[in-house]
Amino acid sequence: MNGETRVTQGFSPVLAGATARRVLTQLRHDPRTIAMMVAVPAVLMILLRYVVSDSLLLNRVAPEYIGVFPFVIMFIVAAITTQRERATGTLERLMAMPLGKLDLLAGYGIAFGLMACVQVALVLLVSLTWLGVTVPGSAVPMAVVAVLDAILGMACGLFASAFARTEFQAVQFMPAFVLPQALLCGLIVSRDHMTTVLRWLSDILPLSYAVDAMQRITASASWTSATSGDVAIILAFTVAALVGGALTLRRRTP
Amino acid sequence: MLDDLTFDLAGGKVTGLLGPSGCGKTTLMRVLVGVQVITAGTVTVLGLPAGHPRLRARVGYATQAPAVYTDLTLSENLRYFGTVLGLRGRSLAEAIAATVARLDLGGLDRRLVGTFSGGQLARAGLAVALLGRPDLLVLDEPTVGLDPVLRRDLWSLFHRLAADGTSLLVSSHVMDEAARCDNLLFMREGRFLAEAPPTEILRQTGAPDLESAFLALAAPAPQQVQR
Repeated sequence: MNGETRVTQGFSPVLAGATARRVLTQLRHDPRTIAMMVAVPAVLMILLRYVVSDSLLLNRVAPEYIGVFPFVIMFIVAAITTQRERATGTLERLMAMPLGKLDLLAGYGIAFGLMACVQVALVLLVSLTWLGVTVPGSAVPMAVVAVLDAILGMACGLFASAFARTEFQAVQFMPAFVLPQALLCGLIVSRDHMTTVLRWLSDILPLSYAVDAMQRITASASWTSATSGDVAIILAFTVAALVGGALTLRRRTP
Repeated sequence: MLDDLTFDLAGGKVTGLLGPSGCGKTTLMRVLVGVQVITAGTVTVLGLPAGHPRLRARVGYATQAPAVYTDLTLSENLRYFGTVLGLRGRSLAEAIAATVARLDLGGLDRRLVGTFSGGQLARAGLAVALLGRPDLLVLDEPTVGLDPVLRRDLWSLFHRLAADGTSLLVSSHVMDEAARCDNLLFMREGRFLAEAPPTEILRQTGAPDLESAFLALAAPAPQQVQR
C-alpha cells in the first residue's frame, strides 16, 4: 500500500508544480481577486497618465511606477495567502506530510510569478499603446525588470507573513514594510538628493533598486552593466527573502 | 506540558485518548505526527523517531479544525494532498474514489469545500488523513459536534480501518465515546490516569460506567486518600 514512502528532504519539481497548480486553482475560484491582481496596476497607470498630464514627465516617471505597482500588489497577496495557510491549519497538515519547504515556496513562486507575467503584460500593453509612454529601444528589459520586481514583492510578502500572527497584522505589513520603501526608493524625491542617512536607508531597501533599474532602462536604449547590477541586487534580495521565508517556515511549532 | 508519558499503541486497534479540554491530548498527537517542538524525551512511531521524513507518508493526521482549502473543490483538495503524499496517476484516482466512497462524500467532489455543512467539512478533513492509506491514523476529536448518526458511522469506519490493519489514535473529551474504543488512554493535566481496555478499566475501578471510572481515577475518594 505504501510503496511510495520517499524521503523528500530536498526539492521535488513535481510537488512544487502541484503546489503552484493548487495556488492557481484557488485563485481561479476567486475571479474578483484575479481581476484585481491583473487590472489594478493598469488602472493606476491610467490614473497616473491624467495626474501627470505632461507627456515628457510621464515618460520619465511611468516606468518607475511600472516597477513599483506589481511589487506592492504581490507583497500583499503573498503575505495574506501564506498567513491564511498558517491560520487554517493547512500549513501544519502539509508539514506533517512529505512536502519539502522548498517545494512549497517554489510552488508559490511559480504561481505568483505567472500571475506577475500577466499583470505586467497588461500594464505594459496599456502604458505603451494607449497611454503613449515611449521606451528607448525594446520593451523587453522593462518587462523583465517589472516581473522580477513582482517576484521580489512576493518573496518579501512570504517572509513578512512569518511575523504576522493574524490576517489583520499581515494587512498592516503593507503600510509598515512597503510605504517606507515607496518614500525612499526615489519615486518622489531622487535618491541623489536625499540626506546621507536617508540615502543610506534607501540603499539597503530592495525597492530602490527596482526604481534604479527602471530609470536606467528609460535613460538608455541599450542594456548597461549598471542595469545588470541592479537586476543582480533585485535577484539577491529575492533569494534572501525566500531563504528567510524557508527558515521561518517551521515544521515543528510550540 | 506533557510529563513522563509512556505508552504503546496497539497495532490494528482503535485507541481512545480521553480527557478534559486542555489536558494535553492535542499536544501529544502533534508530538506523534512530528509537528510539535519537543524539549526532552523520545518518541518512537512505527520504529522511527516521531516526525521522521519517512513517516510522513505513513502517518495520517487530522486536526480538530478541518484543515482543507475552503476555496477548492473536494476533488481538487484530494488531488493536491494525494500528490503530496506521493500518489500519482491511476493510484491517485483510485485512492480518491475509495476515500470519497468510504466517507460517503459521493456527489460532493465538484463542490467548493467552503459551501460544505459542518459534518461534510469534518469528513473532508478526515478524507485527507485517510487518503494515503496510512499505517497509523491520528485523529484529533474527529466526531465533535457531529450528528449522532454520522458519529456512529464514523466509529464503525474507524473499526473497519482497524480490522484492515491500521492503528488509530482517536481523541475525545466526550466519555460516551470511550466505550467504542478497543483500548483507552485516560489523560488529565498532562499525565495518564489509566491505559487499558474499557472493560478492564471498569473492572479495576468497580465503577458503573467510564465517566465514573475517570472521576474515580482523577480524584480518589477521601477515605482512600486517608489510608
